[in-house]
Amino acid sequence: MVRDLAADVLHGTSIIDAMKAADVSHILAVPDLHTSSGLLARIADDRTLQLIRVCKEDETIGISAGLSYGSIRSICLFQYTGFLFAMNAIRAVAVEQSMPICMMIGLLGKEPGVAPTESARFGVRIVEPILDQLGIEHHLIENETDVGAIPPAIETAYGKHRPMALLIGRRPV
Amino acid sequence: MLDRMKCLGLFRERITEEIVVATYSTATDWLAISDRPLNYFSFGAMGLASSHGLGLAIAHPGRRVLVFDGDGSLLMNLGALVTTTAVAPHNFVHIVWHNGTYEANGGHPLPSTSVRFADLALAAGYRKTMHISDMPTFESSLDAILSESGPLFVELIVEQGQLGPRSYADMYSAKRREAFRQALNPPSDGSRFAGPLQ
Repeated sequence: MVRDLAADVLHGTSIIDAMKAADVSHILAVPDLHTSSGLLARIADDRTLQLIRVCKEDETIGISAGLSYGSIRSICLFQYTGFLFAMNAIRAVAVEQSMPICMMIGLLGKEPGVAPTESARFGVRIVEPILDQLGIEHHLIENETDVGAIPPAIETAYGKHRPMALLIGRRPV
Repeated sequence: MLDRMKCLGLFRERITEEIVVATYSTATDWLAISDRPLNYFSFGAMGLASSHGLGLAIAHPGRRVLVFDGDGSLLMNLGALVTTTAVAPHNFVHIVWHNGTYEANGGHPLPSTSVRFADLALAAGYRKTMHISDMPTFESSLDAILSESGPLFVELIVEQGQLGPRSYADMYSAKRREAFRQALNPPSDGSRFAGPLQ
């Protein structure tokens, strides 16, 4: 039996390449244990990306909105707890003002191979239903194959002026 | 103590190509006397005015960004002071209208009315801060506010303005956002947003 190695791994460098392919230049981030070493640390080391470290997740929504008026593409990177914290900003700025806010949300504790809505973690289970209620398109990024969905999702968000969420379902390495 | 409308009137006389990010009560007062495409109104997420302004300042380094923030609003996003100074945009001016109340929400007092926001901003690392409570000082500081390299922080001690319901509907229209976008990024064919803003 041939094992599909791409199904068992998610590389932070692949995510970074995918963001760059969609002309993302700025990352607005609050550290998240889920994406800390595999993604955020690599972003910090990448001299071609501008990393802005913020204190609270809702700041990223305002900054990203402001950047979009200068045609600067950004990713808001935080954990699902931060997504829940920033809910009002996401509702008001991203959804009601139809802004191209692209969120990358770490699903800390989600079991690889298990759908987010089936996770044992309550906080993880409610993320997709909340996004659905907000009308925000979302994609689960859990392996190398999934990474291919990142560039078109960013292009659509900026092309159609609407928010989007990428759910990081496995710890990037 | 300063009269906010008088201060806004002096800003109106001097402001030309600057972006003004305004929020809540100050936003409605500013719009009443200065309706222009380069006004940016953030809504629905109290406290984020300076975050919007920071993004705009990064995106448009050649244009000065004035954030008209509220004291209650800033308290909801104090970390933004630290985020801003880490980025340190030279074109960013953070102006807090300090009246000690949540004016837009009925005039209830802040948890503490003795906080000195300029001191907080100085501790956070703003390049220069000002604490102004009288008109002669405000008038003599305007040149610096509108020209010195940032990030600048200006705390204006003002009287509470008009209470009561204010209409934000027009302020937050999609038409205004599009006019703002076009004012910053004119179409390559030279056309401009032609419709009325109200």
